[in-house]
Amino acid sequence: MSFDAPVETCKGNIREVVVGSDGRIGGEQTFPFHLWEGDIPNPPMIAMEVYDEPQPEWPEAVRKVYEDVMDDPVAWAKKCVDQFGADALCLQLRSTDPNGTDASPEDAAETVKQVAEAVDVPLFVYGTASPDKDAEVLKKVAEALPDENIPLGPVDEANHRLIGAAAMGYKKPVVAFTSMDVNLAKQLNVLLVQLGVPEDKIIMDPTTGALGYGLEYCYSIMERDRLAALLQGDDKMQMPIFNNLAPETWKAKESRVSEEEEPTYGDVETRGILWEAITAATLLLAGTDVLVMRHPRAVELVRTAIEGLQAQSKE
Amino acid sequence: MALSGLQIFKLLPKTNCKECGQATCMAFAMQLAAGKAELDQCPYVSDEAKAELGEASAPPVRRVTIGAGDMAVTIGEETVLYRHEKRFEHMPGLGVLISDEMDDAEVDGILEQLSQQEFNYVGQTLRPRVAAVKAADGAALAALAAKADEKAGAALVLVSEDAEALKQAAEPLKDKKPLLYAATESNFDAVSAVAKELDVPFAIKADSLDALADLGQKAVDGDFKEVVLDPSSATLGEVLRDQTLIRRAAVKQTFRPFGFPTIGFPCNMTDDKMQEAVFASTFIAKYAGLVILSDLDPARTMPLLYLAQNIYTDPQRPMQMDQGIYPINDPDENAPILVTTNFSLTYFTVSSEVEASKVPAWLCVMDVEGQSVLTAWAAGKFVADAIAPFLKKSGIEEKAPHKKVTIPGYVAQISGELEEELGEGWQVQVGVREAADIPKYLKQISEN
Repeated sequence: MSFDAPVETCKGNIREVVVGSDGRIGGEQTFPFHLWEGDIPNPPMIAMEVYDEPQPEWPEAVRKVYEDVMDDPVAWAKKCVDQFGADALCLQLRSTDPNGTDASPEDAAETVKQVAEAVDVPLFVYGTASPDKDAEVLKKVAEALPDENIPLGPVDEANHRLIGAAAMGYKKPVVAFTSMDVNLAKQLNVLLVQLGVPEDKIIMDPTTGALGYGLEYCYSIMERDRLAALLQGDDKMQMPIFNNLAPETWKAKESRVSEEEEPTYGDVETRGILWEAITAATLLLAGTDVLVMRHPRAVELVRTAIEGLQAQSKE
Repeated sequence: MALSGLQIFKLLPKTNCKECGQATCMAFAMQLAAGKAELDQCPYVSDEAKAELGEASAPPVRRVTIGAGDMAVTIGEETVLYRHEKRFEHMPGLGVLISDEMDDAEVDGILEQLSQQEFNYVGQTLRPRVAAVKAADGAALAALAAKADEKAGAALVLVSEDAEALKQAAEPLKDKKPLLYAATESNFDAVSAVAKELDVPFAIKADSLDALADLGQKAVDGDFKEVVLDPSSATLGEVLRDQTLIRRAAVKQTFRPFGFPTIGFPCNMTDDKMQEAVFASTFIAKYAGLVILSDLDPARTMPLLYLAQNIYTDPQRPMQMDQGIYPINDPDENAPILVTTNFSLTYFTVSSEVEASKVPAWLCVMDVEGQSVLTAWAAGKFVADAIAPFLKKSGIEEKAPHKKVTIPGYVAQISGELEEELGEGWQVQVGVREAADIPKYLKQISEN
């Protein structure tokens, strides 16, 4: 006998969004890595994190990797690209946090400009999820870099008009952030489109939970996003998905607590790297298009997983 | 194809004898219809009913149990492709490969880990349970299997394609239900005969889904119920494809040859141990029933066990913490008091931030049926006239009599009312909205 493989036919596809000069994300015509039943023009992109101020609280495993560049975002960005072969970067504007350093939008924009000039890979720019401040900062970033195709986020319901308008004016993609809910994600996409943001300039951030800290919620929300987009052909859900996972996985207790404190947990560096890599690898299966990652070894592990997932002989 | 509970009920004896474990024949019929019971559990069912019901009533993915006692692993009984459609039923069994090529010390070390290793997470104990045992001949296989049973009580997978060797190893341990791995195109009859004779489960293995379907059909024709599938996928992409197509065929087409759980061997896919763990995560998320690793380093098994727990959590029943007072960082009577809800994610996020702050604190967790702060507030469960009695009865005043309590920033609006409800001497402080800001907040208030 011969097995008649059940094939799932998709009604819709994910839109392709251009990031940077020629980076492409999205475009899937089928479920994640289902190459046997549809085309996937672009594999998920890994954007390595760069911070605009030192991160002394980080666990040793990641701190020691970036110790020499912690106070220099340009050197940090170059290190990721030149040494770790980053395909993309995500500049986390942590210094603008109103509860932290509260750096000015002008300073932040200047940093973005310097980083953008120093590297030629796609650059995502992310605020601190403080809606008012993010609106000021991201607007300034858009103005300061009129010609760079830099995705700006997070954009939420509260500030979508301000950031959306700036993004439209300067032709920037936006990353629409919602709180683990399919309907809210769709609603924000609709609001942005009504405002006039082109559909192929919208990326979705569904909120990312780390392994052990809500990963399964995020996983199921993303699966439902993709079912709506592909199987039901809902064109308001056909945006690529962005997962800002590194800040979540590296603050998990399990990535930080030493083997001396918890002798049954095993080596803390291995654990921290795998916490990040396994969270990322799980998100690959749920439909991510952009993974924001930190540790170079975790990046390497996930790259190999992506290559492995793409390797499928014809049955 | 599928019959309704009522249609099934008509074919049952209707004596309500309870011997199937259900209170009534109707209840049993409903379980059958839901794919949650097997017709064999009814001792009095007629041959006629069997013929009519047998095929239709079996669950789309059959249940298989290997091992015994605490270390037993039950897999299968899955009914969906996506966890949000209902839930995934049985967490995959995580295990380790041991072989007679390893020296005794290495084997002993692994078995020691297998018998000891466990992690406590969201009130559950997670642990590896399976030893896949591989040896050159029957005597060596039997010796190694006996050792794994004796030292770790492991659920066993016996790895050999020699039916005689499998029999020699399985026979003394047959009550522990070891899995015979594996029957292939060339030895199917011999291995399945051993499985039948000893009443133990066996795996079928082939190089393509076509060939695997042929073997699956033979297993169905032979009336075997406890079977495990190995499509021998060569790459991670083929793991995803094969596991997806097997599950799809089983649940959407009731394709019986694939109506069994699966086994995967990430230990054979790479020599890089960390890469192996990442590959293993794909098996766990994508439907595998048994996942075999090359060793049990806790830094690698821990994230995998957590992942299995996460993916197999029932999405319709939020994980909850027990109501009560949780001391963090060894607090004393002056330590700040924080109150939050018993949604496990809320608890874990808050407690991990408090822990990270190194500031000692009392975390009072209130039972609001597992809802988050905002949801519980909106539902009228996390409001002043509920929180006040909870705090007063919690016994926090004996542990820390300072009468200052911090509420989550998201419910700032209830602070006045809560102060009133709590009465004389109480002060309600409004905390932060995001857990990430807790360390900063705690440092601020503990300096004052």
